[in-house]
Amino acid sequence: MAPILNIDDLTVSFPQPDRSIFAVRQVSLAVAARECVAIVGESGSGKTQIFMAAMGLLAGNAAAQGSVRFEGSEILGAPAPQLNGIRGSKLTMVFQDPMTSLTPHLKIGIQLAEVLVCHAGKSWSEARIAARRMLERVRVPDPARRLNQYPHELSGGLRQRVTIGMSLLCEPLLVIADEPTTALDVTVQAQIVDLLRAMREEVGMALVLISHDLGVVAGLADRILVMYAGRIVESADSAELFRGPRHPYTGALLKCIPTLSGPSLARLPTLPGQPPQPGDSVDGCAFAPRCPRAAERCRTERPLLREIEDGGARRVACHFPLSP
Amino acid sequence: MPLPVVAVNAGVGTNAGDSANDVLLRVADLRVEFGARAVLRDVTFDLHAGETLGLVGESGSGKSTLARAILRLIRSSKGSVLWRGQDLLACEPAALRPLRRDLQIVFQDPLASLDPRMTVGEIIAEPLRIFEPALNAQARSDRVGEMLERVGLAADMIGRYPHEFSGGQCQRIGIARAMILGPKLLICDEPVSSLDVSIQGQIVNLLLDLQRDVGTSMLFISHNLAVVRHISHRILVMYSGRVVEIASRDALFAAPVHPYTRALLAAVAVMPPPRGAAGPARAPLTGGPPIAGAPRRAEPAASPAAADFGCAFRDRCAYAVGICGTTVRLEEIAAGHWVACHRSQEFTASPLAPKD
Amino acid sequence: MSGLLDDAALRLRSNPGAMCAMFVVVGLVALALFGPWFNPNGSETLDWLHVASQPALQSAHWFGTDRLGRDLFARTLEGARVSLAVGAVASAVSLAVGIGYGAVAGYVGGRTDHVMMRVIEILSGLPLIFFVIFLTVIFGRSEYLLFLSIGAVGWLTMARIVRGQTLSIRRREFIEAAVASGAGTARIIVKHVIPNVIGPVVVYATLTVPQIIMFESFLSFLGLGIQEPHASLGTLIAEGAGEMEAAPWILLVPGGFLAVLLLALNIFGDGLRDALDVKER
Repeated sequence: MAPILNIDDLTVSFPQPDRSIFAVRQVSLAVAARECVAIVGESGSGKTQIFMAAMGLLAGNAAAQGSVRFEGSEILGAPAPQLNGIRGSKLTMVFQDPMTSLTPHLKIGIQLAEVLVCHAGKSWSEARIAARRMLERVRVPDPARRLNQYPHELSGGLRQRVTIGMSLLCEPLLVIADEPTTALDVTVQAQIVDLLRAMREEVGMALVLISHDLGVVAGLADRILVMYAGRIVESADSAELFRGPRHPYTGALLKCIPTLSGPSLARLPTLPGQPPQPGDSVDGCAFAPRCPRAAERCRTERPLLREIEDGGARRVACHFPLSP
Repeated sequence: MPLPVVAVNAGVGTNAGDSANDVLLRVADLRVEFGARAVLRDVTFDLHAGETLGLVGESGSGKSTLARAILRLIRSSKGSVLWRGQDLLACEPAALRPLRRDLQIVFQDPLASLDPRMTVGEIIAEPLRIFEPALNAQARSDRVGEMLERVGLAADMIGRYPHEFSGGQCQRIGIARAMILGPKLLICDEPVSSLDVSIQGQIVNLLLDLQRDVGTSMLFISHNLAVVRHISHRILVMYSGRVVEIASRDALFAAPVHPYTRALLAAVAVMPPPRGAAGPARAPLTGGPPIAGAPRRAEPAASPAAADFGCAFRDRCAYAVGICGTTVRLEEIAAGHWVACHRSQEFTASPLAPKD
Repeated sequence: MSGLLDDAALRLRSNPGAMCAMFVVVGLVALALFGPWFNPNGSETLDWLHVASQPALQSAHWFGTDRLGRDLFARTLEGARVSLAVGAVASAVSLAVGIGYGAVAGYVGGRTDHVMMRVIEILSGLPLIFFVIFLTVIFGRSEYLLFLSIGAVGWLTMARIVRGQTLSIRRREFIEAAVASGAGTARIIVKHVIPNVIGPVVVYATLTVPQIIMFESFLSFLGLGIQEPHASLGTLIAEGAGEMEAAPWILLVPGGFLAVLLLALNIFGDGLRDALDVKER
């Protein structure tokens, strides 16, 4: 089945007077219908910029090259009218902070109904009824009352449910969720992960989940792509990745996550150094300075993302991948 | 467990202060109000010399407010904070200032806590200027350079500005500033929450190293139970401005009693992926009673009488019954284990059986 | 501070309008200061042979003369010196007083702030002109009095602005950190508050210079400021207004100078604001 979203060789840079800052370097990925793909990475990895480029939301001074095809048509750099035909309806986005992604001075009901009026051509009264039904679907208690409230009157978790509801109103083919749980409390995060899973089964959309939190991703993703310094360094089925990471960065990241089970340690495991900033230029592998396995070859020759015989569809960009 | 030594049993939640153990900080009945809302209520606990007390809670729990209230950065309406016997809240501002030398804080947002118009050297040197004015410029500069190296930065960064550094590095600068005078108590308000996972460990390890070298006690505030678990001797759980459970680290994680603590642990427990185990990616959420709703912020009371009574957690609690509407206090249910729950005795009897 | 100033300087340099305006201002100031060396005519010399003569580059008087035969170029430059001096000094006074007052009121807050702001409100309520007239009556006419009275009024708005800026940074974490480090109120205001509010304040100051020059011109126009034989741009304009029909250049030369100066100062001030305040673009 043809993928819904096809990104080929995408590079996003911010030209400066003396050099260019690369946020995303030659990233290629595909999302199939109904699939949940997680993009995992730390700050500076470029994971958000990929989809900013796809949605046409890049900052004015950004330059994007490559190809982004949605349902077969090229949308990278497409003019606003063409993008507006799919954004908000077939291709929607849920942002990290619902307090800033919802308009503070408009009631929830209006913001929800607006989506349907603009994209589905419904009348305001029909849209309001549909909005209310959507609030029920996303398990917002007392939906009729909530429709008349302003964003600041809702808790963080409820606001995020509203934005998720908004993204699903037009039965999208693909929802991009950018760190949807990061700004929420732990007990609420679990609820939102639950909700996303339920919505996937009900609506059947494909989901791209951008996160730095591997724990959140574990509960939802079919496939996981790990990013570092603007490139994909590992790509695998979710279960396979947790069972045995092959890229040293992925392995280190998994080790760095403190656990609630197992022995408590006097010192937390850590990676030396820090993630490279988009402005840093690198020869060879970007992870080499921090990698315990780095050899001379890693510093001069950049490893390409290639398949590893692994049973699953695993790709790693490393000269000396971890053994299974 | 190889942590700096304070016998775990020595931890005491409220009164009955064991004078054999050095109680550095005793907070009693602390109350902070923002207008009509009580954001902190009846907060009582002890902190001992050399220990790390973890403070855990979600949004609205009041944990950051507590840090600021202890240091008198915000006003409390009631209660006392006894620092080595002296009430910080009652003394004159002029008497308070010299005490600040021993009471330091590291903030959550590393960049925001550094004055953007000062160089890193000036920022770190400020406590020296205030408390050791007799130092000449060279001596000061040497101490600052030393401190920079101690926190893992290069001494020649002394002339740079905060915006030139990454989040993790800014946090190191904040820690250098806090530790340069060797304080007796360091309050860490979510020090690693805004940092990348691979960096968090570095900062926590740095804090542990400095603590060991200087002998500082720590109040470590975080919403991340997993991090707190690794470095605390005892843990305090807060909900909606109140303390709901205090226990030693092991006791809390092995057998939590308060329903909120259990819900918190259950919510986190499912997050980390099964490491090395062949768990399916789509494992359903398991463990503990389901928790609905969101952490509650203290609301302004509809009527003043109604607000203060009753357990703050009862509208989300799977075990709430009638008595939960009455005032609840912290009670010691086992040595060093304090819980604020009417039904705590029942839960202790069979702690792992969810009742409905 | 240099790190942020370097960034700001870079942004300013890439703003052609502001750079142009800056050169114009510098040029005019240089002209006012050094121009007389290039002009053989004194500003007070009366040239009876060329009374009210038109500007002519070939003649001894490039920009013409006024009703009394005084060289207009020299007069204008003297007027410019006076106006610029008034602008600079009065701005400096209002800056110094306003910053201190506003920072203290904003940071200390509470009743102190209340009282301090009421004082400002009362003073702002006083009609400006009457205040100046009142001072003139008591102390007689003098240029220093002029500087002081303008500065004494200018600080009010500066104080309000500084107080507003102070309020917005008062709750920021680095201020909390300073308190937690044991810094006293004075130290916090001087070392932390003022350096961090200075950006918008400096910009406002550059924009008040033209306002002050205008105000001084206005006062002088009314006869309350600079007196004969001294000149300021305001008095020259007043004089020129009277001769508008017969000898328009007597108005146009000082008027044009003033207009260009104020325009350049305003454009430069805007450019400075854009450069210093990244968020506001």
